Amino acid sequence: MDRKRNYYEDIQLFESGVVLSWTLALLAFLFTLPLYIPSYYMFLLSLIMVHVIMAVGLNILMGYTGQISLGHAGFFAIGAYATALLMSKLGLPFFLALPLAGFLAAFFGFILGLPALRLEGPYLAIASMGFGLTIMHIIGRWEVFGGRMGIHAPPLDLGLPQWGFSWVLDTDRGKYYLILIIAIFMVVAARNILRTRVGRSFVAIRDSDIAAEVIGINLTFYKTLSFMVSAFYTGIAGGLFGFVLGFFDPFTFTMILSIIFLVMVVVGGLGSIMGSIAGAALITYLQYSLLKNMAEKPVIGDLLVSISKKWFTVIGLENFNSIILGLIMLGIIIFEPLGIFGIWIRMKKYWKTWPF
Amino acid sequence: MIGQLIIEGLAIGACYGLFGIAVVIIYKTSEVVNFAQGEMAMMSTFVAYHILTYYHYPFWAAYLLTMVFAALLGIAVEFIFLRPAKNPNLLGLIVITLGAEMLLMGLASWKWGAEQKEFTLPFSTLNTYEPFKGLIINEWSMAVFAAAAILMIILFLFFRYTKLGVAMRATQQNQHAAKIMGVRVERVFSLAWGFSSFIGATAAMFFAGRATLDPAYMMEPFMRAFAAAVLGGLMSIPGVVIGGELLGLIENFFGYAWPEWKPIVAFVVIVLVLCVRPSGLFGKHYVKKV
Repeated sequence: MDRKRNYYEDIQLFESGVVLSWTLALLAFLFTLPLYIPSYYMFLLSLIMVHVIMAVGLNILMGYTGQISLGHAGFFAIGAYATALLMSKLGLPFFLALPLAGFLAAFFGFILGLPALRLEGPYLAIASMGFGLTIMHIIGRWEVFGGRMGIHAPPLDLGLPQWGFSWVLDTDRGKYYLILIIAIFMVVAARNILRTRVGRSFVAIRDSDIAAEVIGINLTFYKTLSFMVSAFYTGIAGGLFGFVLGFFDPFTFTMILSIIFLVMVVVGGLGSIMGSIAGAALITYLQYSLLKNMAEKPVIGDLLVSISKKWFTVIGLENFNSIILGLIMLGIIIFEPLGIFGIWIRMKKYWKTWPF
Repeated sequence: MIGQLIIEGLAIGACYGLFGIAVVIIYKTSEVVNFAQGEMAMMSTFVAYHILTYYHYPFWAAYLLTMVFAALLGIAVEFIFLRPAKNPNLLGLIVITLGAEMLLMGLASWKWGAEQKEFTLPFSTLNTYEPFKGLIINEWSMAVFAAAAILMIILFLFFRYTKLGVAMRATQQNQHAAKIMGVRVERVFSLAWGFSSFIGATAAMFFAGRATLDPAYMMEPFMRAFAAAVLGGLMSIPGVVIGGELLGLIENFFGYAWPEWKPIVAFVVIVLVLCVRPSGLFGKHYVKKV
């Protein structure tokens, strides 16, 4: 179907005018969203936007460069703690602290990227998993980071409080707009990275690292760069996550969180920016809203409680989301390995050639 | 003191090795890294706990029933989740096993609740003996050593002399050639999963006897055991036991000197070893042919 006809199409920001207009419509929808939905959904929307940034970053690593990471919760934690501490302890303004936290996470991404040069597959999975756990333990042990008690995020001040110019965002709606703007910026940046020489090198490494090396791609440079870019995105997302939550401790960033991040990317579709956005939105909605407090849900709640009373325990019902998440992971690989993006492609193909 | 640290390190290392064997058996036959191994074993241990507390069976009867359950669980996971996937790549396999992990963990915490429970083994860590002066060994460690030794011998004989063991080795070396020679590769995979789940459940009972039982209790031991397996090269059964013992010793000595950093020492060791030898200490270095 959509055959590329010239090389220019490979590096366009938008595939066609149709895509451009739908993207603009989506943006308009996102910007006006607070007008039509109740304000208690703002928290969820901010969380979705944070996870969109993270999922796009993780997709650069997993979907485009073909590396595996089970330690992205570590970068997320670095971003969250670095932003909060740089603002509260050193008094840096927000617009300086957030990129600094991102660069700090990128530095750690560089460190994780070095062993990753020699590792692949299961070995890389275990190394990155160990990285995430190590970060969690270090944060939990060090008093600067608030130890096991966790820390409060400072007030989200966009101005320069030292110079008497402060602009504090304290409503969920304000935070949503800030995170939305940053998310749009980051997503467009990711799209731009991926259509340059760097992005094409990532894809070449994913498809065959030996062939990539043969045609002159510097594997050391581009693999570590991919880890750094991905970590930078996750760090930025983590910094914003801290403000959305307001309070966090080391146990927020467990290995389960890394797995949830992985699920977002895989469910959305590897190697697709739009897929990551959809996957992050879907999984965040399931995880933080739909599958919370199952017992109080209108129709299915009573049924689940009676099942729990008969065969299971009612107190364990709060872990129901983990069952659904597991089933989603299994189902997506068995039925549609390309995730939401794959379903979209199939739908498009079906309607394009309909009635044949 | 040093002798004591060595004994305890070796005991916990043998436990890691035992669980690592379960990881290696699956990886050896089907090249799948089973992230659900810990949760499969956790589920089996909970079944044993259920039989012991609600039906009051004697321990060995409960153990036998649990082992049957564990083997069936392993076969079921392979049959329901891995077999329908059409040519999944490495990431796909990792996601499938992680999905099975989440599913089993959710089911176990739905069934038994998330609070911690006592799991009593017939071998307690409190009953101690002193064979030499100043060297105390507890019953739990002795049981672990015995179990590891017996299992190693059984596995050696199994892989060398039985038809199924030879079929497993053949499948590992070349799946297609094995199929041509009349080995039912799919069935071998299923049986390998059942076998590995059985070994994992045995190791998990030792872990539960040492600490407490809750739906997340196997996560940390699984990662240590995985680390031991990676240290040993993910392919050889003696390698994983040696890797487990090394890890147990390093961890115990390190934990004695700096107790607060004990949980992460395993991973630092792994990353350092992998940087020097990317396929583990005893694995053959894998050269990709283009």
